[in-house]
Amino acid sequence: MSGAIPAGLYEQLASSLSHVQGFIYPNEVETHWSILIVCYPYLTGIVAGAFILASLVKVFNVVEVQPIYRLALLTALSFMLIAGMPLQLHLGHPERAYEIFMTPQPTSAMAMFGFVYLWYLLGILLIEVWLEYRQQLVLMAQEATGLKKLLYRALSLFSTDISPEAVAWDHRASKVVTIIGIPSAFFLHGYVGFIFGSVKANPWWGSVLMPIVFLMSAIVSGIAMVMLVYMVISLLRNEKLDMRCLDKVGLFLLVAIIVDFALEALDYIHRIYQSEESIKILGQLVLVKLFWSMVIMQVALGMLLPLLILALVRSKRLNEDMRKLMYFVSVLLIELGIFSMRWNVVIGGQMFSKSFRGLMAYKMELTGIESLATAIVLLSLPFIVLTVLHHLLPTRWLEQRGIAAH
Amino acid sequence: MNKRDFLKDAILFFPAAGVLQALACKAEGKELSASTTTGYDQSQHWYGMGIDVDKCIGCNRCVEACKAENNVPSEPFFFRTWIERYTIKADGEVTVEGISTKTPEQRIAEQNQPIDPSVLRTFFVPKLCNQCAHPPCVQVCPVGATFQTKDGVVLVDETRCIGCRYCIQACPYGARYLNPFTRTADKCTFCYHRITKGMLPACVEVCPTEARIFGDLKAKSDRLVRFQRRNPISVLKPDLNTEPKVRYAKLDGEVR
Repeated sequence: MSGAIPAGLYEQLASSLSHVQGFIYPNEVETHWSILIVCYPYLTGIVAGAFILASLVKVFNVVEVQPIYRLALLTALSFMLIAGMPLQLHLGHPERAYEIFMTPQPTSAMAMFGFVYLWYLLGILLIEVWLEYRQQLVLMAQEATGLKKLLYRALSLFSTDISPEAVAWDHRASKVVTIIGIPSAFFLHGYVGFIFGSVKANPWWGSVLMPIVFLMSAIVSGIAMVMLVYMVISLLRNEKLDMRCLDKVGLFLLVAIIVDFALEALDYIHRIYQSEESIKILGQLVLVKLFWSMVIMQVALGMLLPLLILALVRSKRLNEDMRKLMYFVSVLLIELGIFSMRWNVVIGGQMFSKSFRGLMAYKMELTGIESLATAIVLLSLPFIVLTVLHHLLPTRWLEQRGIAAH
Repeated sequence: MNKRDFLKDAILFFPAAGVLQALACKAEGKELSASTTTGYDQSQHWYGMGIDVDKCIGCNRCVEACKAENNVPSEPFFFRTWIERYTIKADGEVTVEGISTKTPEQRIAEQNQPIDPSVLRTFFVPKLCNQCAHPPCVQVCPVGATFQTKDGVVLVDETRCIGCRYCIQACPYGARYLNPFTRTADKCTFCYHRITKGMLPACVEVCPTEARIFGDLKAKSDRLVRFQRRNPISVLKPDLNTEPKVRYAKLDGEVR
């Protein structure tokens, strides 16, 4: 044996044990996947959703969404850079994480994580962002001086060619990367769902619909996040929101949330109708352990209410300010709902015994590595990264910034 | 190539080759360790355990022996094996308790309780890692730290496990825990260090009623094979297709 026991572990487990209802297997007292693992699918989902929103512009030529194309890309990148951190922090041996790349087990759904993540980050997102910004970086490098010049030159990878042919090539290449990027984004989050959906030992997770439910909820959370960021940035800059863009994105959001709702409803209806061995304990799980986080926060406040609001925005002739307010409220509610959904999957799946005879309790720590404090930091980090990226890589085109394009 | 270039390349090449070799050795590690026991041929065995439910008296000695033999933390949150007590009443109500999580005093106090006439029957069920032939924990381990030996025992390499706990989630039997000292996944090994030397697992050794029968399913005259021939046998959660090698005789349908 080696190492010291984490401080307070036994007290925490004793407290969890005292909150057990019914019978559980004795090793089930510990909640193995904590709040950090809740953050991971939440962050990854936003990456996939934001990228898919961006791809609407590039591949499907939805011109209305053009004003937030760059913002969507940068949002995806910011969340991507942080998405792996909760997993890393959660490991019992974080220093061995490289083993996933060195000796991956081909049969493990999780072993693929490193590769899918790297592919998406290096093979898609960074290339896409670079192609989008190359011309502007070259121009900014020409105008800047000193360190800033060097930085922009380095970011443009020291390219200088901004002839119309070169820029046209950038656009073509960017389109190809986006076309490869769409299935990659689907894969990225569908695969996160598969990590849970493929666990046959756990009836709350083991569902063939899990990857597709994760994917749709990812699209919902990603679109909502880009919309939220766009509204906040415009407010900070005191700029007028592009209502055509907002209405269009709102429409996509409404469609995505309807599909997401339909899929999740199908999952639950299927489970209730099939009424397998686990149905009793899962019913108790929802009513006793997840009533607030699932029935109230995920479904009522996080899905049905924003669905209603988004539908109302479309059906009524409302003025701009009212629409803005309604969009703002809906995206906040949606983010709350999707985070609750991740919570209900990850934590909910560990709140009932695999003996189907009892319920466990999860006592979230406030400080420490696997704690609420870390989760808040991890959920804030993407916004800090986004602020830096946004400063470095302006989302406005040069022409709009009053700098003449060459 | 001039001398300078050659030296430059050599400086890069030799350490790189060394790193690769070290990694290759590490990757092979799990294969090597099994064959180091002299004169022991893994491929000649396929271990399993029989549990005679009727014989278990719930004395918890197997649990204590296991904890002592395998350095399992003594706190009631970590078990490689444990005992469950089932109480079935005349009206069909079933109560299950984990007696291994109770203190000896609590257990004695319960034994001295008056007999409840509404109880139809009670029995004990020893639980442990089922050493599945088709183990979901091995399937999900991202780094191959959990593996199945050729003699059919599922082990964890604690020098390789990254502590992601996916295997704990994937085990349908709750047989795994995270060892708080090593921060790696831990579970019953059938006392692999003993059985490969011809000894019995600690829990089997101390069982006063011979409720646990350890054996080799490849040996035709083995006690376990005989036990399987003479008793109606079932396994836990057969619908999950894990093919457990822990086989229960006369197991009640209430047991999951």
